[in-house]
Amino acid sequence: MLYSGMWTGDTMTNAYELIINILTAIGVYDTIFGVFKSYGMEFVLKLIIVLVTLAVLFGFVLVTVMFLTWMERKVAAMVQSRYGPMVTGPRGLLQPVMDGIKLIGKEDIVPAKADRFVFNLAPYLAFVPAILVFVPLPFGESLIISDLRVGLLYIIAISALSPISILLAGWASNNKYTLLAAMRAVAQDISYTLPLALTAIAVVMLTGSLSTVDIVNAQSGTWFGIIPKWFIFLQPLAFILFLIASIAEMGRIPFDFQESESELIAGFFTEYSGMKFAMYFLAEYAHLFAVSGILVTIFLGGWNGPVLPGIPVVITSLVYFILKTYAVVFFAMWLRDTVPRIRIDQLLNIGWKIMIPLALLNLIVTGFLITAGVMR
Amino acid sequence: METDELLINMGPVHPSTHGVLRFKLRMDGEMITDCEIVMGYLHRGTEKLGEMKTYLQVLPYTDRLDYISAFPNNYAYVKAIEELAAIEVPLRAEYIRVLVMELNRIVNHLVSIGSLLMDIGAATMIMWGFREREKALHLFEMLCGARMTFNYIKPGGVREDLPEGFMPKLNEFLKEMEMRINDYEQLINSNEIFKMRMKGIGVITAKDAINHGLTGPALRGSGVNHDIRKLEPYSIYHDLDFKACSRPEGDSYARYMVRIDEMRESLHILRQVADTMPEATVVSSSKYGVAPMTGVPSTVSTYFPRIFTPPAGEVYSRIEAPKGELGFYIKSDGTTKPYRVKIRSPSFCNLTALSWMVKGLKIPDLIATFGTMDVVLGDVDR
Repeated sequence: MLYSGMWTGDTMTNAYELIINILTAIGVYDTIFGVFKSYGMEFVLKLIIVLVTLAVLFGFVLVTVMFLTWMERKVAAMVQSRYGPMVTGPRGLLQPVMDGIKLIGKEDIVPAKADRFVFNLAPYLAFVPAILVFVPLPFGESLIISDLRVGLLYIIAISALSPISILLAGWASNNKYTLLAAMRAVAQDISYTLPLALTAIAVVMLTGSLSTVDIVNAQSGTWFGIIPKWFIFLQPLAFILFLIASIAEMGRIPFDFQESESELIAGFFTEYSGMKFAMYFLAEYAHLFAVSGILVTIFLGGWNGPVLPGIPVVITSLVYFILKTYAVVFFAMWLRDTVPRIRIDQLLNIGWKIMIPLALLNLIVTGFLITAGVMR
Repeated sequence: METDELLINMGPVHPSTHGVLRFKLRMDGEMITDCEIVMGYLHRGTEKLGEMKTYLQVLPYTDRLDYISAFPNNYAYVKAIEELAAIEVPLRAEYIRVLVMELNRIVNHLVSIGSLLMDIGAATMIMWGFREREKALHLFEMLCGARMTFNYIKPGGVREDLPEGFMPKLNEFLKEMEMRINDYEQLINSNEIFKMRMKGIGVITAKDAINHGLTGPALRGSGVNHDIRKLEPYSIYHDLDFKACSRPEGDSYARYMVRIDEMRESLHILRQVADTMPEATVVSSSKYGVAPMTGVPSTVSTYFPRIFTPPAGEVYSRIEAPKGELGFYIKSDGTTKPYRVKIRSPSFCNLTALSWMVKGLKIPDLIATFGTMDVVLGDVDR
């Protein structure tokens, strides 16, 4: 059968092998491999396939970001009883394209007293981690760039890189508002990465593995035939804490201190214009999607869902993952239009005095329950 | 730990200063140690212009003071002239005046609450508020063709009678507004983050509020039940059943709640006015109370001559504008132009207390407190 390898999941663990399998199924892989082998350059073929997977990921992220900017406006418009973008394309779907064209056409301004090198570097430093986070994210069965054995640790570590770029941008702009915003963003990121990691550890205790694929596989199946075995039901407190901390990580209202436009103009990217500004936008929405995907992976069963006969699992799992992730994204957008921003000291108080103790408590209780054999 | 003082210049171009206002902030970290308010960027010399124009020509300038609520501005000036020259006004005109002023109070509070919420990061309320404001502005447009600068209330009455189809539209608006205020309360009041940001922030006690000359919702939020509509009833307010809304806490939340309550009271007043609007004209007995020049008896205004020379004298008349006490002092020397026009604007007096209130708070609190003081820069700088 054409897709025989796709059901079993034994031979395929990531997108690289998926591509090889597809090529084999079509019947061209051996020929191509032979051509490269005759020149003694198999590694070039490997490199090409890896680059193709990365290009697909990159394209996916860019399209997603464009869609998310449109969706953000539409959700806001729904909440605020207006239409949102309607003119460019069907229901304004092409609005992000127009925005991109406009931003490319803008003058690239560097403030006179800015630190030019750091100022130019910072937007790219923001963008790179936002893309890198996607590497161990399972979009579906075997739809993963690389199933790292330390996947979850990698994700948390990469997310923790984003404050560096924010601080650099805030500092290099040589502007009091950007500096204040950068300081706030760093304080916020540090205090919310901790509960994020601590709640994720509770899940790792249940699965015994940091690999995202293992975490998703541990959530397959159901209890009593109806309740899916998602970790949200085993770890409700951890889910709530993770949700709050991840919204803080994304830097969205009610925790959008990186921006806080009514206090600090536009936050740390006040001085940026043109494509560099677009870079920050791109990074922000890529991060939104990535964090939502991580939340889905850890607590909402990842790509697990009812198996439909006749359709390859690769496709159904991708659909389930995208649907769940967009549900979380929608929640974040809905929240943004409903609640005000909290104050920076209140934010830190909640982070250190409520979130971290609760995360630790959750960890202890989970440990006891696992030892007693109640859980898992 | 030793920290350096940071000087932050907030404004005159800043998203949360509602126009061109500038705060010079001395900061210790995120804490405000001193706040100096610099105003005057929108100064247009309205008071001086008042000395150079005839009495009727000054009227359009009053629209541009507090441009969010122009009807009370019109009325405050007209009331001063009417007191100066003892002009009597037909009863129907007084009803129409109260009607538009209370509608304007609702509009003002919608804008005020909307921009307050937007300043603290929730963008939805301003969209909802402007949705209802738009409907009120349509009513104003039916009335006088203008949406914000009306120039509608004139000495001796109002410019024109209510147009056809106005009352059904008004009733529709009142019915919808009742429901919408509940929506706002559901969106805002039950929000824990909103309470965290508002309660206990920007507190001013009743004594301090009086000493700083606060008026309007800002004063009533401190528990002082001071409402000029009650204390010195003007127009037809003595006939209407309403209460002055006040809250004892004195914080930002109380000031916000006073505005919500006042919108309800305004709806109550509007319903009474709509129900008891008189049809007949009341012939004035004063010397200006002769038939209008066209010869057709008007139900909404007494005759007001083109060349108007009031008797020499002076008058201070005040009303309860949506933002607080709005007073006009006019001195007449018996010529066609006022000798002096002095405007006591509520925004200016309320704003001066702000620099005292925000000491020891943070920048986000400054913005939240500033939002609850409800200031329009056209009214501050005049």
